[in-house]
Amino acid sequence: MNNNSAQKILLNSQKADLIIRRFAFELIENHGSLSNSAIIGLQPRGTELALAVKNAVSEITGEDVKFGTLDHTFYRDDISRGGIHIPKPSKIDFSTENLRIILIDDVLYTGRSIRAAIDAMMRFGRPSDIELMVMVDRIHQREVPIKPDYKGVSIDSRNTEQFVKVDWKDQSEVTVWLLDKKS
Amino acid sequence: MNSGVIKHLLGIKGLEKSQIESIFQTAENFSELLQAPVKKTPALRDITIANLFFENSTRTRVSFELAEKRLGADVVNFSSSSSSVKKGETLIDTVKNILSMKVDMIVMRHPAPGACQFLAKHVNSQIVNAGDGTHEHPTQALLDAFSIRNHFNGNIEGKRVLIVGDIKHSRVALSNIYCLQALGAEVMVCGPATLIPKYIETLGVKVSHNLDEALKWADVANMLRIQLERQDSRFFPSLKEYSKLYGLDMDRLNKLDKELLIMHPGPINRGVEISSEVADSDHSIILQQVENGVAIRMAVLFLLAQRNL
Repeated sequence: MNNNSAQKILLNSQKADLIIRRFAFELIENHGSLSNSAIIGLQPRGTELALAVKNAVSEITGEDVKFGTLDHTFYRDDISRGGIHIPKPSKIDFSTENLRIILIDDVLYTGRSIRAAIDAMMRFGRPSDIELMVMVDRIHQREVPIKPDYKGVSIDSRNTEQFVKVDWKDQSEVTVWLLDKKS
Repeated sequence: MNSGVIKHLLGIKGLEKSQIESIFQTAENFSELLQAPVKKTPALRDITIANLFFENSTRTRVSFELAEKRLGADVVNFSSSSSSVKKGETLIDTVKNILSMKVDMIVMRHPAPGACQFLAKHVNSQIVNAGDGTHEHPTQALLDAFSIRNHFNGNIEGKRVLIVGDIKHSRVALSNIYCLQALGAEVMVCGPATLIPKYIETLGVKVSHNLDEALKWADVANMLRIQLERQDSRFFPSLKEYSKLYGLDMDRLNKLDKELLIMHPGPINRGVEISSEVADSDHSIILQQVENGVAIRMAVLFLLAQRNL
């Protein structure tokens, strides 16, 4: 990542780590025991955050939380409207019937991916409820009525030429950038 | 074809390894989906597909139709025996009439080699070749290679695949050769000299006329059906003699001191190219091939609908 005036660090790794730990405490506070809950990372970019949150919860409670990854490609609303969509694996080795699901993605933008992910989730069972957790919420870019239950930071930029990149170096170190598409 | 984006799937020839692997990666996800209680997705809900079958088919036709329906597409079926083709309508007129009813994609089987290429040049629709004469049958080759790959834990490179039988009339053989070679497998064909075309060695495949020797070489044996409907002249003295020289039975299999994976594209002539005992044995993945066929066809249709192969 070179130095460029169009690039801005939204969250350095220390702040991102604090947010992940906050997420873990919020989940424990809201869910109590997570034995009836499951953490699901949305492919492709939500899975690492989801795993980090799962590990943070386990560190605090000693509890192993059910974990899966979900791909929403086949449920998108823009197939045959351009763009490249090669699916990644969905791996949910348990029924989600009556579970409390925490769906995790890195950035909430238009909300369309989450809409598709909720559809994709239903083929694994009927959860008792689904919550949404994101690291970055781009609050003014929504195209469907979806909002997060847990969020790291909000960005109020209306500039569609900017995008957010969540950059994982390894499981423990993450930096969040605001970048200019032209940079 | 090098752009990475193709509009049609007319054959395997010209497809790159990366494109085939994209199909496999997508098919893996559909395989997983097909194991779930809800097997349907709305991915192609705004696409209409016409299945045009100018030649008999059971497996391929059902497989395509299931794939289309599980992708949420609208499907219309057409067979030449009950159509205006019998009244003398040309292929282009038939297809243009169907397309004028707002059909987005055509899946076609036709007895004439090159029929799909011909159609692709003359109509403005996406074409998927479901078998054109003795030319190509790309989705069969993809599902065969996908089945081999899955059996060997994702690794097909360097595997030795033997294709036995009527190579001369087989679109399955030609598509399999292109597909397996693109993925780095070695291919040998085996059969009577009358059923192996002379040009075949120019494709870089080995040729054998001795099944026992060829089986010793192979990791996989794909036993092709003797296509009685295409035997316009006598290519071998009798089915009994063919079966004795080129049929795979348990005696032959037991002589091999190794595991051999047995495949067949169907429909099987039991007791001719393969004995019932072998076809139903643990060595055989014939029914897995059929199962994988739906996932592969879902992947092809899904990727083509995005113009994304």
